[in-house]
Amino acid sequence: MSKGKIAFIVLLAVLAMLPFAASSTVVFITLCMAKSLAVLGILVLIRADQVSFGHAMYFAIGAYAAAFLSSAYRDIDLTLVILAAIAASMIAGLIVGLFVTRYRGIFFGMINLAFSMVLYSVLEKAFHITGGSDGMRIRRPTFMGFEFKRSEFDLLMFYVVLVVAAISFVLVWRYLRSPLGQALRAVKTNETRVEYLGLSAKRVLLTGYLVSAVLCGLGGVLMGTVQGLATPEHAFWSRSAELVFIAVLGGQGSVAGAFAGTVVFETVRTFAAAVLNDSWQLILGVTLIAIILWAPGGLVELWQRAFGKRRKRVAPETVSQKTEVFE
Amino acid sequence: MSMNFAALALLDGVAYAALLFLVAVGLTLIFGVLGILNIAHGSLYAIGAYVTATAGQWLVDQGYNPWLTFPLLIVAAVAVGVILGGSIEKLLLARIYSKEPILQLLVTFAVFMILENLQRMIWGVQPYFMSTPLTLLGNVSVLGINYTIYQVLFLPLAAIAVLVSLRYFLRHTSMGAQILAVTEDREAATAIGINATRVYLMTFVIGASFAALGGALATPTTSLVTGMGANMIVLSFAVAATAGLGQIEGAAISALMIGIARSFAVYLSPELEVITPYLIMVLVLLVRPSGLFGRETVRKI
Repeated sequence: MSKGKIAFIVLLAVLAMLPFAASSTVVFITLCMAKSLAVLGILVLIRADQVSFGHAMYFAIGAYAAAFLSSAYRDIDLTLVILAAIAASMIAGLIVGLFVTRYRGIFFGMINLAFSMVLYSVLEKAFHITGGSDGMRIRRPTFMGFEFKRSEFDLLMFYVVLVVAAISFVLVWRYLRSPLGQALRAVKTNETRVEYLGLSAKRVLLTGYLVSAVLCGLGGVLMGTVQGLATPEHAFWSRSAELVFIAVLGGQGSVAGAFAGTVVFETVRTFAAAVLNDSWQLILGVTLIAIILWAPGGLVELWQRAFGKRRKRVAPETVSQKTEVFE
Repeated sequence: MSMNFAALALLDGVAYAALLFLVAVGLTLIFGVLGILNIAHGSLYAIGAYVTATAGQWLVDQGYNPWLTFPLLIVAAVAVGVILGGSIEKLLLARIYSKEPILQLLVTFAVFMILENLQRMIWGVQPYFMSTPLTLLGNVSVLGINYTIYQVLFLPLAAIAVLVSLRYFLRHTSMGAQILAVTEDREAATAIGINATRVYLMTFVIGASFAALGGALATPTTSLVTGMGANMIVLSFAVAATAGLGQIEGAAISALMIGIARSFAVYLSPELEVITPYLIMVLVLLVRPSGLFGRETVRKI
């Protein structure tokens, strides 16, 4: 067993004990784990050197899927809600993805942004269906036939999210190491060569796009269910920006960074919110520039610099092509 | 829909297209020369508008001649372009030209976040309004409709003036020739003694000034609210992408298309207003992936 696997299992065990040790942090960690799924989605695309400034739209689609379903059917099972969100974000991802995967770089990022702005304004304007800017309530779903009270439900959600996140992280990790996932990296390096190998670069990217859309949808449905609310804000550009920010903060191309980045980000925000609410985006922007200029590998790189065995010191310009540290 | 409405929508559309063009042409110029898509462009538009509104209000309150607000529109735009645009390029972008495109995109995005926040800190969230130039010029009757001269004549003329002078500048002046040379091949241009660093700075300042000018000219007709920068960057990108990134004359045509289509949507089905520009962009890109006037780029192996 590699060090990475051991670390992963230890982390899971520690998290599973959390409700007994520090029950006040349960909701916080639940939200972090849900959000880190969406960040993971962004990371999959960064693998192929593509940044989407609109992935919050899938986050919103996941949350709204839960909202519609729970208001149409009372006492619906949580599993169904999650499955529906996966299906909804996958269908939306396929429709948008078929179009945006024709593009790379700037166009890819900006067209995603355009789609998410459209979704945002639709959600906000069609208030007789979506509740406008107030959003929709997500009723507490049942689970395996049981109804839960607020506090029990929080605990339930903690474990559900933990399991979903653990499975997703393992699957994404395996996907990125599979030939299809490796092809994503090849798209980044040289697309024409990928096609000479007999692979369709567009299809490789579309697969990655679907994976990322579903991950964001999952993040959305889980977060929405915990908070009990779906609002158009979920699709706003600043949400997408946040996801991209966390992905870069955690470390591009590192699966472990997605979770670490989210926890650091949310912790800072929770404590700093009261003081820095007015200048939050300013701070994010400055930090983002600082990371790009001086630590392009993000938290993971800083961690390695501080504690790592200094394995193969990578030259600054090749930092972002580094393989995942999660091996 | 009656003739009157059609004419009204058309006039609205042309006035709006003029503003769109000003912002989009700056975006497309910067992309064409620097190869960077400046996401902070929308913020420059918004800040240009806010600066104009504040300074114009001050001029009027101090009892100066209200006609002074006209030169103010240009002064404010150039000031924002030089001070803000110049420092963005000099302090930040100049350090990242050698980095990967994805990182360049992230840096301009970060600048966008910073500027949006600064704008909210300085001007707050209440709407601003400065309609002095609009009321000064008065109204005119076009096709039986009363319309403001500012929107019917002044805005389109300003856009045409910018288009013509930009064309002249690029094709018939030494600085313009240098910009084109650097666009074609930065290394070769440097080898024959062109100061590429200065060309980049100049281009960025010019492009930023256009964005701020768009904002300044928009001030009399729209109330300034937070979020206008975010809307404008996607909208001006839609215009530039529909035309093909880097196409200056093309941007004028697609701005007209999108501007007019949008104002017809306002009258016909207001729900579609926000979606129309993107719908046009998506339809155009489906048929011509590099835009109406864009050229296919050669892929390198």
